[in-house]
Amino acid sequence: MTAAVTTAPLDKRGAGPLAGLRRHRGLGKLLLLAVAAAVIIPLVDAKWSSGTWPHALTVDLTEPLGKASDWIIDNRDSHPLFLYFFGHISNAIVVSVRAVYLVLLAAGWAGVTAAAGLIAWRVAGWRLAASAAIAFLICGSLGMWVPTVQTLALMVVAVFASVVIGALFGLAAGLSDRMHRALRPVLDTMQVFPAYAYLLPVVLVFGIGVPAAVLATVVYAAPPMARLTALGLRSADGGVMEAVASLGATARQRLVTARLPLARQEILLGLNQTIMMALSMAVIASVIGAGGLGDRVYQALASVDVGAALAAGIPIVLLAVVLDRVTSAAGAGLGDDKPAAPWKWGVVAAGTVVVALAARFADRLDWPDAWIVNIADPVNDAVDWMTDHLYTGVPYIGGTADWAAHFTTWVLDPVRSGLTWLPWWSVLLIVAALAWLIGTWRTALTAVLAMAAIGVLGVWKPSLDTLSQVLAAVAVTLVIGFAIGIAAARSERLERILRPVLDVFQTMPQFVYLIPVVALFGVGRAPAVAAAVVYALPAVIRITTQGLRQVDPAAMEASRSMGATSGQQLRQVQLPLARPALLLAVNQGVVLVLAVVIIGGLVGGGALGYDVVFGLAQGDLATGLVAGAAIVCLGLMLDRVTQPTERRARDGKGA
Amino acid sequence: MNIRTRTRMRTRTRTRTRMRTRTRTRTRTRQAVAAVAGAGALLVVTGCGAADMTKQASPYANAHGAKTVTLSVQSWVGAQANVAVAQYLLEHELGYRVDTVQVDEVPAWDALSQGRVDAIMEDWGHPDQEARYVKDKKTIVNGGDLGVTGHIGWFVPTYFVKQHPDVTDWKNLNKYADQLKTAESGGKGQLLDGSPSYVTNDKALVQNLKLNYQVVFSGSEAAQITQIKQFAKQKKPFLTYWYQPQWLFKKVPMTEVKLPAYKEGCDADPKKVACAYPKTPLQKYLNADFAKDGGKAAAFLKNFQWTTEDQNEVSLLIADQKLSPDEAAKKWIDEHRSTWEAWVPQ
Repeated sequence: MTAAVTTAPLDKRGAGPLAGLRRHRGLGKLLLLAVAAAVIIPLVDAKWSSGTWPHALTVDLTEPLGKASDWIIDNRDSHPLFLYFFGHISNAIVVSVRAVYLVLLAAGWAGVTAAAGLIAWRVAGWRLAASAAIAFLICGSLGMWVPTVQTLALMVVAVFASVVIGALFGLAAGLSDRMHRALRPVLDTMQVFPAYAYLLPVVLVFGIGVPAAVLATVVYAAPPMARLTALGLRSADGGVMEAVASLGATARQRLVTARLPLARQEILLGLNQTIMMALSMAVIASVIGAGGLGDRVYQALASVDVGAALAAGIPIVLLAVVLDRVTSAAGAGLGDDKPAAPWKWGVVAAGTVVVALAARFADRLDWPDAWIVNIADPVNDAVDWMTDHLYTGVPYIGGTADWAAHFTTWVLDPVRSGLTWLPWWSVLLIVAALAWLIGTWRTALTAVLAMAAIGVLGVWKPSLDTLSQVLAAVAVTLVIGFAIGIAAARSERLERILRPVLDVFQTMPQFVYLIPVVALFGVGRAPAVAAAVVYALPAVIRITTQGLRQVDPAAMEASRSMGATSGQQLRQVQLPLARPALLLAVNQGVVLVLAVVIIGGLVGGGALGYDVVFGLAQGDLATGLVAGAAIVCLGLMLDRVTQPTERRARDGKGA
Repeated sequence: MNIRTRTRMRTRTRTRTRMRTRTRTRTRTRQAVAAVAGAGALLVVTGCGAADMTKQASPYANAHGAKTVTLSVQSWVGAQANVAVAQYLLEHELGYRVDTVQVDEVPAWDALSQGRVDAIMEDWGHPDQEARYVKDKKTIVNGGDLGVTGHIGWFVPTYFVKQHPDVTDWKNLNKYADQLKTAESGGKGQLLDGSPSYVTNDKALVQNLKLNYQVVFSGSEAAQITQIKQFAKQKKPFLTYWYQPQWLFKKVPMTEVKLPAYKEGCDADPKKVACAYPKTPLQKYLNADFAKDGGKAAAFLKNFQWTTEDQNEVSLLIADQKLSPDEAAKKWIDEHRSTWEAWVPQ
């Protein structure tokens, strides 16, 4: 207690000069930037004086991209590259997905459910086993058994490939500094890559269907595995490594017996992340013919049937939650040194086989039709009621349609016209200043180059339109997210209630809430912002809550003993100490909001999101790919502008 | 060699006694190695010759050893109705298994040429693709008329026409721009456009006809329909790009706005279009190989031909009554035996 009291003022004294220094350094950076700007801008402005990006500085990619696309289509059936390389990849994927699919079908619903339950029991205990089994039974009773199995088959293959590829890259980056330096920017970029942008090139080469879907999923899901494997290998305890080396172990032995086991927590976390990302991509990939649950959601969208979309969306949520819990429980369980029990795996295998055979002899392989519960009608009624009553004319506060209109005219329009009014060089300057203040000159340079690349690609205006939507959505997300996060950090009960809600919103395919969002906010940019907020909110709330919770209890105790009210405690102790977590929340909020910009294109958001959707729908590589690249550049820029230095520094230390 | 093996064995036993978990990791690594080897073997086995991607079917096809037909479903309900009826008859009358894939129109042509899907049941005219795949590459053949005529146009709700009858002429549209304003259209009237996969000249039309309107792309048909329904509930006026046949007309009666008449070739230059959209007899297209070797299924799909009313009946059951496509198809089939019996090859 006394120790706590003395440390708090000490901290404060320590922070004083440091903060001053930082401010000064920031001022210095700004001065330097101002000098550079004063020299360069008159030159640039004299040469290309225009509000938007000067036309002379753009590169038109329409023709080369159009030619590339034509070449691929013309040579796809005959060129050796396709016959001997892509063809075999495609074949291997089809064969393996088919193999898994047939095995799952042969096991029947009873066998698969039993296997899921038993595996969950083996790695995570009884409670999760029960929820896993129940989750599969619900999938069946929603009438989604076959789509669930198709999605599972695709997922198994995609996750396996992602893990193998991710682990190989992770190993390389974990063991070699040069590889690490080379891979890190690539992985950083992949993290902000919107999933949709992969689809177009993959479809062009592989055609629609499962191979393209699996490949797009692998590209999307492998980076976290690589990243976390490398992180785990690099953060191995130096003392242990020294000890192992002094015992005379060879490099390979050191890797297998010390480094890999020490890194297994991170590797399992990587597996967890990979599975979650693969699942979300499996839904998006339905646009290119992946089949399965995502396809059902997508088809329901066409007949504007929220209920049917939800019936296919719930199995996805359940799969995601179960897989997440089981893999993270497996990761947590690795730490304690329980004796391995091979007989348990025997039980798993035997139980599965017995149940599968029993189902086969009982002739119950397919899910019985009589057991299907129809949830579509009640859900549709509920949604209709909601949209009827909230859309307009609610006394005093007005309807959602009015809010949307006001939000568009009072927030979105001014931000957009403000951004487009700014001369192009001043946008670059602002980006540079923000990125440099919060990061290093490297991050600033990356951000400026990314922004300039957008101009060069010739999509300056739509990009600023998208940027205005992203900024508005991030602002809304942060206001709501911080408010709920603070509330949840102060009440255990609220956090417990929130947890499943957040899980659902985080994993629910965005296609499901597309229609309600339009029904409430009309077509345009407002529903696009709403969809983005719904998607990004859970992560922001989670990070905020966690950050506030992890504030040193000693500091809290100290402030309380000094008579601070709970409001003062929050403002003066918790929030400042949780600053890194809050900054991370901002960063994640930005990245996630940007990830659904394309979904926004489906509800009238226009700009880059619409262009990507257009490119995909019309097979127009030039429009789609350029817009996709611009989204990536925007993502890079926003990531760098919001990426706190602390994170980079920690990364560097780990390296 | 000998020495090295021995050291390795020694370290192995040492670690085993020291830490149990390591054994687990090692088994796992070994499994992973085996799996990689397996995948490699698979590649070697399949990797000898050329692999033609155009001959690959869906991995979900033929799961029960049945003959499978894969149909492409486009995102609009009319197309779902075609496919639902064809699927039901193929499954129940001809004993096929039918897989459906939902993809946009242009990618569907691509998939059709590659044999990923066997047939497109309703095509609204894609001259570029037709030239490439039907004429040049000969991977796709025309499967005949669907029997339905499609027409794209601009529509206003009939309740609005009753109050202002002259709105149905494009020359008067500017008069109503003020009433058709929304937050999204920025001071001009709003012309609501649909999914990016649809054929549209609207931007050029607005410009060339000097209309005070802003084209607002709703990005998907689902969004567009939802918005139209919301407008209709409040009896608000709106102007939208829409097409016939479409089930929504039964729910929200709409009247077409007359644009300058369509003449052959007036839409040749997409930038200078200033005329209405043509009436298109919708076509079926089959994969060339499937058309040749598809047996009864191919013959059936070529025979498939029905009317706009038939299609609307099924569409409405799906979209309005919220029947599943399968149930809707069954209902129609039970009532129209004479129509479809002509399609089934003997």
